[in-house]
Amino acid sequence: MIPSAFEYAAPQSLAEAISFLQGHAGQAKVLAGGQSLIPLMKFRLASPEYLVDIARVPGLAHLEERAGHLAIGSMVREAVLEASPLIRARYPALLETSLVVADPLVRNFATVGGNVAHADPANDHPATMLALRAHAVVEGPGGRRTIAIDDFLVDTFETALAPDEVLVELQVPQPAAHSGSAYVKLERKVGDYAIAGVAVQVTLEGDVCHEAGLGLTNVGSKAIRPLEAERFLVGKRLDEDVLRQAADLAATAAEPVSDLRGPAEYKRAMVRTLTVRALRKAAQRAKEA
Amino acid sequence: MAEVQLNINGQPHQADVESRLLLVHFIREVANLTGTHIGCDSTSCGACTVLVDGLPAKSCTLFAVQVNGADISTVEGLEQDGQLHPIQEGFFEEHGLQCGFCTPGMMMAGVALLERNANPSEADVRHAISGNLCRCTGYVNIVKAIQYAGAKMRGELPERAAKEVA
Repeated sequence: MIPSAFEYAAPQSLAEAISFLQGHAGQAKVLAGGQSLIPLMKFRLASPEYLVDIARVPGLAHLEERAGHLAIGSMVREAVLEASPLIRARYPALLETSLVVADPLVRNFATVGGNVAHADPANDHPATMLALRAHAVVEGPGGRRTIAIDDFLVDTFETALAPDEVLVELQVPQPAAHSGSAYVKLERKVGDYAIAGVAVQVTLEGDVCHEAGLGLTNVGSKAIRPLEAERFLVGKRLDEDVLRQAADLAATAAEPVSDLRGPAEYKRAMVRTLTVRALRKAAQRAKEA
Repeated sequence: MAEVQLNINGQPHQADVESRLLLVHFIREVANLTGTHIGCDSTSCGACTVLVDGLPAKSCTLFAVQVNGADISTVEGLEQDGQLHPIQEGFFEEHGLQCGFCTPGMMMAGVALLERNANPSEADVRHAISGNLCRCTGYVNIVKAIQYAGAKMRGELPERAAKEVA
């Protein structure tokens, strides 16, 4: 399949990329790893007139903890995140998310930033970023701004990015003491989109849940934060009964539609099951942390 | 149009191409190396797998301009001086193919795995080829073939007679 013709730009700096976007407002699309955008272009579901490849822009591939958060530069490849000792030691939900994005070949080029900025409700990182309460740092002609992930994810394929802004990094708060996180995805086969996915982070004080963050994949027009479930968990001991009640609330928050991956009610039931599993894992990790 | 230069199996290939030209089409139609196959053409099957600067990737899902200047390895680069690469010998010895359509991609994914893990377990191999589909073999012999290549590269298997290779 051949995409529509486009003009390609490979800026050598962020300023150059932004200036190009500004000069071609609304007609240009940022290309990171291309592993979601190129298939869309081949199916001609997207036909941008200009592609601005940010792969050669320096300073976008950092992955490090600083000033209380983990900074994930927008050109960090999934495979890099997956192999990072820091991620493996401290961010289990991020690791488990990367490991189920497409397949290992795709992950050599796919980026975490692209997975979020593409804003496909079937992508896995948006839900995890919700659970971890991440922020997106974007830069445009007017400078940088930091946007809470809830506000960054607007709708299907739609983010808070202005046409002349570039996602620079994702900031994930460093986990507090006694925190645990997990991402659990149900997929028909490797490389498929989720039937449903659930990301969780809990922080314990003693054996009581002090903070809870949740995110749901592919059961709505964008990744969903089940707010009622989060509120319910705070102040509770995470026994099986509490997990099941929280899972009921998460399932209620889901807005699945019937499609080739199953009927809506099945997906809702899977959200319930996956929420219990993810909470169990995260709670166990929080106890061990 | 964009000027693209790629080193494919150590040979420089330069051409003025459309920005929308996919890497797989550059390899097949500009460099005339048709060993790299196009299967699903939608990032699922891995028949088009090549190494880009040593990393396995699906060449139907990269634009040639994106990887301008890169070193590309394809199935044609495996055999050296009439000697099969251990991975090719492995597929031969272990009956790792039937129709052969997925084989170039499988072998490139296998080579990339063996580069970073000389002695992969069955689970390691299955993970490494989880983005490559085979509709014939059921994968069992493909896993054995890649493990055979690992053993060969570790020097644990005897040299094959040259006439068997030919």
